[in-house]
Amino acid sequence: MKAKLVITPKKAVLDPQGKTVASALEHLGYAGVAGVRMGKYIEIDLAPGTSAPEAERALNEAARRFLSNPVIEDYRLEIVE
Amino acid sequence: MTSGIQAPRLAILQFPASNCDQDCVHAVRSMGARARMVWHKETSLGDVDAVIVPGGFSYGDALRCGAIARFSPVMQAVSRFAESGGLVLGICNGFQILCEAGLLPGALIRNRDLRFHCEQVFLKTANFDTPFTSGIARDGAPLRIPIAHGEGCYFADAPTLGRLEAGRQILWQYCDAGGALTEAANPNGSVHHIAGIANERFNVAGLMPHPDRAVEGLLGSEDGRAILSGMIASLESRREAAA
Repeated sequence: MKAKLVITPKKAVLDPQGKTVASALEHLGYAGVAGVRMGKYIEIDLAPGTSAPEAERALNEAARRFLSNPVIEDYRLEIVE
Repeated sequence: MTSGIQAPRLAILQFPASNCDQDCVHAVRSMGARARMVWHKETSLGDVDAVIVPGGFSYGDALRCGAIARFSPVMQAVSRFAESGGLVLGICNGFQILCEAGLLPGALIRNRDLRFHCEQVFLKTANFDTPFTSGIARDGAPLRIPIAHGEGCYFADAPTLGRLEAGRQILWQYCDAGGALTEAANPNGSVHHIAGIANERFNVAGLMPHPDRAVEGLLGSEDGRAILSGMIASLESRREAAA
């Protein structure tokens, strides 16, 4: 079992990397891109025998406390087999 | 200094990849204060009057700048010290750590232009009535102090900024040589040109520029002394009041 955590900058936060990538996409001719937000992806391997609800509870806490900074970032957590 | 009262003692924290710890020790000693280096694994600060969280790249900036350092044993001691009213100053990475720890509001993110900036900047002091700014001449020119960071763009949401302004918690802002808050003088895109702030009680402050690197003419500027020596003088008066 794995946990997948996607962390993105909040809408109100400047994302100069995302902006640069968006303009590069445009220059490369990829039309239809309205915006890019650059974040982080964290994949966590869960130890055998860990229950999904328990992992979800613990990792939501870790995401709020440590893995993301709620002042500037949002996160999405997913537990997968 | 009053006889019989020892010079104030400052704890200078040391994390893996701190790189301005020795600069801070040198700076405060050159101003007559005592300094004690405190390793990140220590659980107590010892008998100190103030704490400086120095610059560097603690834990290699893994995850986010300061994100791991804030959970170190010594930072738990710093939180208790700050709660009890002790003076804490975070410089550069130290500012990032104090924000991550929740001792200061907001966060520091990638510079607007994605570049690492290593240069002299000018700072306008926005509030002179704090232990960190009381040594700065009110009618003087802007302070000239170096920065060296890639993630110094200060961000806080609108309600937080409103509180910072109302509480006069913005201490320093990036300005030009004449003191004007121009866009060109803002090196990293910080909201409201914020270079440094304090908490509501004014016993915890942080700034991205390095006063510790501006304490001797040989280094290009002595303006950092006004910040650090003012802080030390306020510790002396606290000691005298307590004696």
